[in-house]
Amino acid sequence: MASVLELSSDRTEVAASPMLPRPFVIKKVRRETEDTFTVELDPREGRSRFEFLPGQFNMLYVYGVGEVPISISGDPAGSTLVHTTRAVGAVTKAMAELRRGDVIGIRGPFGTSWPVAEARNKDVVFVAGGIGLPPLRPALYEILSHRESYGKVVLLYGTRTPSDILFKDELEQWRARFDLEVFITVDRASAGWRGNVGVVTTLIQKAGFDSRNTLAMIVGPEVMMRFTTIEFIKRGVNPDSIYLSMERNMKCGIGLCGHCQFGPVFICKDGPVFRYPQIKDLMVKWEI
Amino acid sequence: METLERILAQHQFFKDLSPEYLTLVTGCASNVRFEQDQNIFRVGDEANQFYLIREGRIALQLFSPDRGHITVETLSEGDILGWSWLIPPYYYVFDAKVLDVTRAIALDGKCLRRKCEEDHNLGYELLKRFSSLLEHRLETTRLQLLDLYGVRS
Repeated sequence: MASVLELSSDRTEVAASPMLPRPFVIKKVRRETEDTFTVELDPREGRSRFEFLPGQFNMLYVYGVGEVPISISGDPAGSTLVHTTRAVGAVTKAMAELRRGDVIGIRGPFGTSWPVAEARNKDVVFVAGGIGLPPLRPALYEILSHRESYGKVVLLYGTRTPSDILFKDELEQWRARFDLEVFITVDRASAGWRGNVGVVTTLIQKAGFDSRNTLAMIVGPEVMMRFTTIEFIKRGVNPDSIYLSMERNMKCGIGLCGHCQFGPVFICKDGPVFRYPQIKDLMVKWEI
Repeated sequence: METLERILAQHQFFKDLSPEYLTLVTGCASNVRFEQDQNIFRVGDEANQFYLIREGRIALQLFSPDRGHITVETLSEGDILGWSWLIPPYYYVFDAKVLDVTRAIALDGKCLRRKCEEDHNLGYELLKRFSSLLEHRLETTRLQLLDLYGVRS
């Protein structure tokens, strides 16, 4: 029979297992748009801050419904864990119904991160399409908190319609800053919209960055990322300085199950953030 | 003070155009300024000009009786507004409305058409540039049509 000490040691090992969800309590739920929402979470046990790197994701488990991968959208230096997602499938729709005090399971953080250190002393251009803004936000927070270490910082954000714009209040605050340029565009305008209309790639030429010393971070639908990358390269940005965040059917989060295999790589373990040349050839292969 | 010829020479659209042709094009150019909410042109107007936007924002719009004025594209600094001057029957097919005070260089399409007819090499130079512009606009319009951010059904 195992001693108490041995049991305790085993339990510690199990608790640290990447396959075992940790219970987190919902502190706040905020509706961002008609179909997207943000949850703020605190660990149910202990008060330790959730450490993660910008660009990483967690597996969120709605008990009795299922588990989904969702990027972390909060500040890496913040006190709570923040996720923003669209209510689109069974799990995220159930998650959207949860309220303050409800508990969900969290596994993670998983995956690679945005190259915020490599971006130092360079111009940084963030390009987000649709629900791609939340995975970029932690990197933006990180860079803004060390703003003096970077050159020009630009956020280019494209959405479907004006009512799909996420984090509206925060975008207004960012727009008011002198050390950050924010350009927003929509694919379809409603009458009365005085902002920009057109795809996000059209904003790249307006960003005015030093193409020889620029690092680009891009998240959005794959087609949008591909055309955005082409536009950056056309404007002289080194392909090695272009990073994309990919998405596939992540399940285990640690490269074991193979659900998110993308050619020779696993999105959950080798990504989600990739340097463009790593996946350049894979992005145009529809067979994989 | 910057001359019109110098401004045109520095614009991406006229990059590598020979000095001789640049002088010809400049002969058809003038500085213009448009106030907020002004219509630069409207659907059905004769298309006798195109514009190099130097500053400001312009919305290309269509009016729909049930939806009002719908913006299909926004143009700003560095963009070219208008290509109907080049393609018969030379009528604008969208409204161009000024969103923010705009400064631009207007190029007289009638004047350019005449010069292009007289010198087909100049015509070819301009067509190459407009073909590239049209290809880019077509590509971005196709991306817009894909509705990439919509939820998959």
